[in-house]
Amino acid sequence: MEDLLTVENLETEFHTAEGIVKAVNGISYSLKEGEILGIVGESGSGKSVSVLSLLRLLPQPPAYIKGGTAVFRDRDLLHISDEEIRSVRGNEIAMIFQDPMTSLNPVMKIGKQIGEALQLHLGMTETEARERTIELLTHVGIPMAEQRVDQYPHQLSGGMRQRVMIALGLSCNPRLLIADEPTTALDVTIQAQIINLVHNLQNETGMAVIWITHDLGVVAGIADKVIVMYAGKVVEYAAVDELFEDTRHPYTLGLLASLPEMDGEEQSELKTVRGSPPDLTNLPPGCPFAPRCDYVIDKCLSENPAAIPVEAPIRMDQNNEGPVHLAACWVDVRVREAI
Amino acid sequence: MIDKGKALVEVRNLKKYFPMRRGFFGRNTVQVKAVDDVSFDVFEQETLGLVGESGCGKSTTGNTILRLLTPTGGTVHYDGVDLTTLEGEKLRQMRQHIQMIFQNPYASLNPRLTVGQIVGEPLKTFRPQMSKQERAEKIQSMLRLVGLSPAFINRYPHEFSGGQQQRIGIARALTLDPAFIVCDEPIAALDVSIQAQVVNLLRRLQEQLGLTYLFISHDLSMVRFISDRIAVMYLGKIVEVARKNELYGEPLHPYTQALLSAVPVANPKRERSRQQIILKGDVPSPANPPRGCNFNTRCPLAFERCFEEDPQLREVEPGHWCACHLLD
Repeated sequence: MEDLLTVENLETEFHTAEGIVKAVNGISYSLKEGEILGIVGESGSGKSVSVLSLLRLLPQPPAYIKGGTAVFRDRDLLHISDEEIRSVRGNEIAMIFQDPMTSLNPVMKIGKQIGEALQLHLGMTETEARERTIELLTHVGIPMAEQRVDQYPHQLSGGMRQRVMIALGLSCNPRLLIADEPTTALDVTIQAQIINLVHNLQNETGMAVIWITHDLGVVAGIADKVIVMYAGKVVEYAAVDELFEDTRHPYTLGLLASLPEMDGEEQSELKTVRGSPPDLTNLPPGCPFAPRCDYVIDKCLSENPAAIPVEAPIRMDQNNEGPVHLAACWVDVRVREAI
Repeated sequence: MIDKGKALVEVRNLKKYFPMRRGFFGRNTVQVKAVDDVSFDVFEQETLGLVGESGCGKSTTGNTILRLLTPTGGTVHYDGVDLTTLEGEKLRQMRQHIQMIFQNPYASLNPRLTVGQIVGEPLKTFRPQMSKQERAEKIQSMLRLVGLSPAFINRYPHEFSGGQQQRIGIARALTLDPAFIVCDEPIAALDVSIQAQVVNLLRRLQEQLGLTYLFISHDLSMVRFISDRIAVMYLGKIVEVARKNELYGEPLHPYTQALLSAVPVANPKRERSRQQIILKGDVPSPANPPRGCNFNTRCPLAFERCFEEDPQLREVEPGHWCACHLLD
């Protein structure tokens, strides 16, 4: 499969009164057609900013995309004209957000909001757009779509609103759907419905998905490949099974260990990642995770490791193109020795 | 343990209804039954987890027990005293024994007070005889207790991270040596790597100080870790109560089964093989609950009787309570 999106050395910062916040510090990854990529990280890890940068959705200033490229179907999203990026947004790349209430227009009927995209991007007439909207709403599991189409966002529940957002996202048959914590504001039973829905839609349409979340459980269920971000960097990248079974970065290990056991083993204490995330206006010279790391060596304090292929990964890429497991760490966590 | 000791808090038929105006100029009033006939015990030194989805009434239950809201009906006995009938000075005095830890640590701390003032405020109100020196010592010991440096005493809440702010909230709740604490989603606003730190702290404090917790949360894996017993709420009612391993091992109520099956597990192989029960539809509005069982609109196993008769919570096995007609 071809690479659909290739991001290289993306760097984004915010210029604020408190100083320069280095939100994304040179991340690189690629995404194939039809692949589901999970991006995990805590708040402030740069996971949202990294994708908002791709679509140039950040207000400049205070945001500055300092460098990098993001090639999507032979166009560099970071360097095409405003007009071109507008035709990509909502059309070839769709995005859904955490809080559907703030991303939907509260004074506009939902049918109109979806219809607008159809008329704008696909040149449909109003009647065609309405028909297609009803189809889309039914498709994402909204009952009585003929009536719902004339309702306002506040008349729908949180789960229904997120379905509307998904219908809106899918309206122009995107090649890539970016979902930024789409289920974080929802209850678990509704979250299960939405994950199920996106999975089915992805199977049907073959679109690629970038799913951003802080929940390792959600990633385990939905992703093919996973990026773990910390302080604006990719600290680990691997196929989902490999990430969980052959974890190579101390931060990923720490996150996994801090989750309570789900099979009922009595634990007297949860393992923790000590300390708290770094101040992005004042990042340490070495590895940003070093102050919290159990594997830290001298080198970590002075040199920031890049994400490099790990030694002896379990799996190779399907096309044998080389190892696909990257970790940004000076230490081989399996043996606690410097690489 | 079910019989860890005697019940410290006994909640019986607790109701909290909110009037909601509707219709032309709000002439019609509808009752939103946020908490509808809820009964349970919290035993001494145990943690009772209270789980459910947003809007199920779990926070309202906690607030009503602590009399932050006035109940519409029912009783709450704390150590033999009925909290629902207490008024004025008696209620105020009672508040030092029953405390709360809130979800949003920053919003629950006064931004204009220093950490020392925040943690010391309860002492000023309830221990006016304490000297300044004694108070300062107590504040410092509280900060140490929750893992903060006593040197922070003159700093303001915004200077701290979310996890540290929650520690300040915990210190404030514990200043007066209460016995019963309602923890209302204490870790929901924190980052994953910080959640474990705070949960460990709460657990250590419980052991050290012999505290009793009502732990309200929607995070089913954390609740499992911290609780002894768990109560599951749905649309204002308790549908199941059991010891945690029984509840997770053998959930009896169809809602509990669906809820547990929906929790994502951080294990890709298990995620793929996992049999999920995907519930249809949404939670009905508590202003307009369905006739019969509250869960009948989404229950995959509902039958005739569920649409006519509201099932009562009853003891199905020793210590395992469930409200479902399927178990009759």
